[in-house]
Amino acid sequence: MHETKSDEALVSSPWSGGTRPFSVNSKKLGMWLFIVSDTLTFSALLLAYSYVRLANPDWPRPFEIYPAIAKSTTMTIILLASSLTMVLGVAAARRNDRVKTVRWLLFTAVGGILFVVLHTTEWINLIHEGYTPWSTPQGVPLFGAAFFGITGLHMLHVTIGVIYLAVMAFGYQKQNFDADDVEVTGLYWHFVDLVWMFVFPMIYLMSVNLGG
Amino acid sequence: MSTHGNGSDSHAAGSTRLFAFVWTWLVAITGFEVFLAYLRLRPELMLGLLVVLSLVKAALIVSYFMHLKYEKLSLALLLVPSTLFCICMIVIFFMPDGLRAMQLRGH
Repeated sequence: MHETKSDEALVSSPWSGGTRPFSVNSKKLGMWLFIVSDTLTFSALLLAYSYVRLANPDWPRPFEIYPAIAKSTTMTIILLASSLTMVLGVAAARRNDRVKTVRWLLFTAVGGILFVVLHTTEWINLIHEGYTPWSTPQGVPLFGAAFFGITGLHMLHVTIGVIYLAVMAFGYQKQNFDADDVEVTGLYWHFVDLVWMFVFPMIYLMSVNLGG
Repeated sequence: MSTHGNGSDSHAAGSTRLFAFVWTWLVAITGFEVFLAYLRLRPELMLGLLVVLSLVKAALIVSYFMHLKYEKLSLALLLVPSTLFCICMIVIFFMPDGLRAMQLRGH
């Protein structure tokens, strides 16, 4: 395989990449393609949810401002904060600052763990109130299916993300991974955050119980 | 292992200050969304507003946190239009019927 003529010629037009049309490494391109497919999975789920939510005037509204909305808003801010620490981790990796990179990656993982713990307590509260994936006290099982299905799939992503971050932090410390790998981890983590930016308003804020 | 440094995938992509600024906006929009929940809006209006605000947040995350703004334009052109097209197709297939079902139920 011969090396390209000049880097300048490669980047002069969006379509002039030659052997590297997108000018990214294969790991990053692979993660982006995974993100696109996962986006469509969540889009389909959230659109199906939107359909049943709008079509059903008797949709349950179990989320009171306190504790459910207060807790889920806190979870949102924790997840957003973990995205910020992830960005700082990627920036540190670009500077080859291994100590700071590992520290930011671990902070990010702690944010993810906090999110999962808070979300689990939220699930337990709802289950105690009689909400399960197949039934609700109001007799609208679709609510349970949509709520536990969508938030459960998202929580699975967060859990996998926490494991991914921990593996990356220790692997990067041992120099098994490089800055590009940290950046790819960041893409996944930001995507998990992005999905929650839709799940939180569409699931929680569409079912707020204001009383009265 | 991929190459490091210049000419690879590294970009002078944003400062800590810029990221903090974007983050502040994300939190502010989230706060506004929670505020909307107090207004007892009609479900279809509320859902529409929330989706638009969430799309703004998604654009901020993808552009700045996921660095797509700093990648070669061809990557963004590969990823974004195809995804939006597929999502639009799902919306076109399902949402008119969802709204019709809502009207049939007299809501």
